[in-house]
Amino acid sequence: MRAMALLLPGALMSAAALAQDTPSAARQHELVRLVRQDCGSCHGMRLTGGLGPALTRDVLAERSPKSVAATIFHGRPGTPMPPWRSMLSESEAAWIAEQLVAGFPTEGQGVR
Amino acid sequence: MRRALVVLAALLVPLLVGCATPMPQGTGDLGVVVERARGALAVVNTSTRQVLGQIEGLGDLSHASVVFARDGRIAYVFGRDGALTKVNLLTRRVEVRVMQAGNSIGGAISQDGTLVVAQNYQPGGIKAFDAQTLALLADIPAEFAPGRLSRVVGLADLPGRRFIYSLFDADQIWIADLSDVGQPKLTRFTQIGRQPYDGLVTPDGRHYIAGLFGEDGLALIDLWDDKPQVRRILGGYGRGQEPLPVFKMPHLRGWAVAGRHAYLPAIGRHEVLVVDTETWNEVARIAVAGQPVFVMARPDGRQVWVNFAVPDYSRVQVIDTRTRQVVRTLEPGKAVLHLEFTPRGEAVWISSRDANRVSVIDTERFTTLAALDVDAPSGVFFTSRAARIGF
Repeated sequence: MRAMALLLPGALMSAAALAQDTPSAARQHELVRLVRQDCGSCHGMRLTGGLGPALTRDVLAERSPKSVAATIFHGRPGTPMPPWRSMLSESEAAWIAEQLVAGFPTEGQGVR
Repeated sequence: MRRALVVLAALLVPLLVGCATPMPQGTGDLGVVVERARGALAVVNTSTRQVLGQIEGLGDLSHASVVFARDGRIAYVFGRDGALTKVNLLTRRVEVRVMQAGNSIGGAISQDGTLVVAQNYQPGGIKAFDAQTLALLADIPAEFAPGRLSRVVGLADLPGRRFIYSLFDADQIWIADLSDVGQPKLTRFTQIGRQPYDGLVTPDGRHYIAGLFGEDGLALIDLWDDKPQVRRILGGYGRGQEPLPVFKMPHLRGWAVAGRHAYLPAIGRHEVLVVDTETWNEVARIAVAGQPVFVMARPDGRQVWVNFAVPDYSRVQVIDTRTRQVVRTLEPGKAVLHLEFTPRGEAVWISSRDANRVSVIDTERFTTLAALDVDAPSGVFFTSRAARIGF
């Protein structure tokens, strides 16, 4: 059931967006801050979880970046996870998802 | 031996000199500001509007909250990482620190000041500690079905060493009576509404209100009833409209009550809902600049100040409770996370995370009285909370 909820919006994400426009370095910096600080209000500044689940690399090991990106962009109906599409483009959501699955950078740390 | 004495004397002299100088200090105008990124507290004085110093080494303070012993000298800090730390505002030292959970969200202190209780997400439940030593006295998992623990939100103290809280994952409200802490007595209210996200006790200790994320409305319990029951208030306030995204959960606490009215954040609507605490009927709804997070009455109830979730979080709005109109919109700095009134409300302290600033604002003239440099400030907590039920 949960997986369904994740997969459905995933199918809606355009392939073009996932084919990557990598955000600029300045924008990447903003996105790292957004995730640590604002996503952090539910997921924790260290992404160890809170009202929202932990988003550490270990926890996300089984998840594909694509499904994580879909959750970020479209939200997760029935849970407090809102859709972030008013604040992020699809390619930015995809970039964040990739960073999360790989182990999210801390602020001030170089982005891979 | 002689050498040891000399060394000892050399150590003592500066200590004695150090002790002789400071005057005895009161604590009624002290407070703390959470420096969330540094894992530290800034200790502040609300009379001189200064940062007095820091208390460091407090771990992950994202979503940290603080309660005070009634001497106003001791603060208990609940960290996200499950740490509970007892700090002394006068010496600015950590006195005791325990790791009590994997993921914690806040806490409360009993009416008599003897018990400190933490509310936890992981493992879901509450734990009660001796306020002096932080020794664990009671562990009450929020087990709502065999083997299933709920995340706990909306914990508040009730008179008589009782605590009330909501179970986000179970749609329940529980009361733990810890008058005999070795034998906690639980009262459970079930099917209170979908996904309670926070709760408050009114300043008289009579009513508990849980905000609901999963539906339009709030759950109310009159704790003075012989047989308390849950009823729905403000049901269907969304009027069937598609909710707006909620980028940050609102927070509820007794500050919502201004005179006979409670001012409550709507979920998924850019509105403050006003309810009459005599009849529990809606009396007004006030359009505001974003998803409200903190809706806080000035101590005299004449004004209500509101801050907002991202992306509208650079603003703060002021509602005049006589006209129920927004009378002022302020922009004290980017990412306003919290506000706190001085004990009698002549000023409000507002933390702007991204501006690394706490602004002290005159609540009559709206002028900025002081701007303090504080690293990524979030919660602001003054010792006057120690004297209030539900704080």
